Parts: sequence; structure tokens; C-alpha cells
Amino acid sequence: MQTDDTDRRLLRHLMADPAQPMAELARRAAMTEATASRRLDRLRAAGILKGQQAVIDWRKLGWEVEVSLRITLDKTDPRAFDDFIAAAREVPEVLEIQTFLGRVDVRLNVIARDMAHYQTVYRSRILTLPHIADLEALMHIADIKRGEALPL
Amino acid sequence: MIPLDDTDRAILRALAADATLGAGALGRHLGLSQPATWRRIRRLTEAGILAGRRLVLDQAALGFGVTVFLGVTLAAKGRVSLADFERAVSAIPEVQTVQHVLGLYEYRLRVVARDLADFERVLRRRILTLPGIGAVDANVLLSEERRPGPL
Repeated sequence: MQTDDTDRRLLRHLMADPAQPMAELARRAAMTEATASRRLDRLRAAGILKGQQAVIDWRKLGWEVEVSLRITLDKTDPRAFDDFIAAAREVPEVLEIQTFLGRVDVRLNVIARDMAHYQTVYRSRILTLPHIADLEALMHIADIKRGEALPL
Repeated sequence: MIPLDDTDRAILRALAADATLGAGALGRHLGLSQPATWRRIRRLTEAGILAGRRLVLDQAALGFGVTVFLGVTLAAKGRVSLADFERAVSAIPEVQTVQHVLGLYEYRLRVVARDLADFERVLRRRILTLPGIGAVDANVLLSEERRPGPL
């Protein structure tokens, strides 16, 4: 499906506040409610608008430590990526798994309750993941910009 | 920090998968009444645990085929204002997230672009011209998956 400027305008306003009522969204995007819901239905049917997810603030749940682990895999084994990702999915403290083209192969976003807990997770769950050749950690200090808005 | 029980955790898990579920549908699924479910959602929201929603979009179908993560080191430490850098980098529309990190880099940026040529334009014209920018390391995102986390 081809999207037009009206679709993009609608998504831009929806992205800014996904929970807003349809009437409010339609008013902001300068269209009728019927048009707004018809267009959203079309975007959903085409698989462009895949859904909405609640954002959980893990710090508020007592998970104080967030670390980005950048991992290089031993790619001499053709199953390195598949094995590693399957094993990483089994670690509950892993929030995100991303694969890359570049210096880094995989990145894991890992949370822990505090530094002592992080140490435990790191030693018992992360370093035991298969095919790790090299690994470096970035400790998360603050989110300066978030929301992952698309510049539509 | 407010204490959570298994029902709260089930609500968080369900809403993290689909935030559009209403209190009625969610309550039926969990064997709770609609008002009881609604009260729990309100409590989780007021505690800041439910911190908004994100849209899940097919970025490629909307014309954004490339996502790149940049690791940024600032040049001339001490002479650059972090606030100036943060303000300038946050104002770039293609920069989706900015994280201040500790380690090999100082900032981690998520940048979206139409294609690699468009990414090069953003990098040269907008990123490399930022106040205080030093070394930049780029990794192109191939795949991404979000996990439910320790609930």
C-alpha cells in the first residue's frame, strides 16, 4: 500500500500521543473521525501500523541498572548467531536483542536490580552464552531523548 | 516502590504486548472485574511503572529503510558543554533516541534514514557538525527484538 501525506500526518499525531481518543486525534490531524478511523484501519490491514505497546519504566520497579552489552561473536561457527540469540532469549533480564552490520554483531540491553545483581547476571547468565568472542559494556546513565519517533 | 502481585505482573505483560487492550477485555482474560482491572491499571500508571505507549510501525514501509546506531565520543573534554551537545543532537529529527552512557562512548544515538545515501547526508550535515563532536562509530541495525523482561 502507498501512504500519502495525510496518512503520515495522522501517524505523526498518533505517535505524539498514542493513547488519545479518536476524536482528539482527528481534530489534531484536521480530518473527520470517520476518515481518521478508516485510514488507521487501512494502515493496520496493510501491516504498517502493527500495534501499540505499553512502555514499562523498569527503574520504578526497582531495576536500577541498565547496561548495553556489545558483543562480537565467533563467526567461524555458522550457527553462532542462531545459537547465541536463542540462548539470550532465555535470560529474563535481557530486554532487547539487536543484530548489526559493523564492528559489533549483537547488542543486548540488560537490566539488573543493582550492581551486585548485575555482577551475578553478568557472570552466570551472560558470560555463559555461546560463541562470544569479545564483549564490551556501556553503562546507561540517562535518556536524553526517547520515544523513537519517526520523522514522518 | 509499590509492591506488585502476580495479577499486576500479568497486567504489565499483557499491556506490554498490546497497550490497546481495555480494562474490560484484560479483566476477562485475567478473571477480574472491569473496575478492579481499571483500578490496578490506574495504580500502575500513577506509580509511573506504566510510562506511556509506543507505536509499532513498519518503518521500511513508511520509507525509512535504514536504522544506524552511533557511538559518539566528544572531543576536547571539559571545553564542550554537554548541555549544548545534548540540545543540538536532540533537535535532529532523524535522531530517534539519545542515551548518555559510560564506557567506550559518551553518547549512543539511534538514527533513522531513508537509505544509506540519506544516512550519509544526515551524518555529514547534521551529526558531524554538532558542537564538540569527536569520534563516531556506526553500526547498521539488521534486526531487533524486544523481550518481555523479568516480570
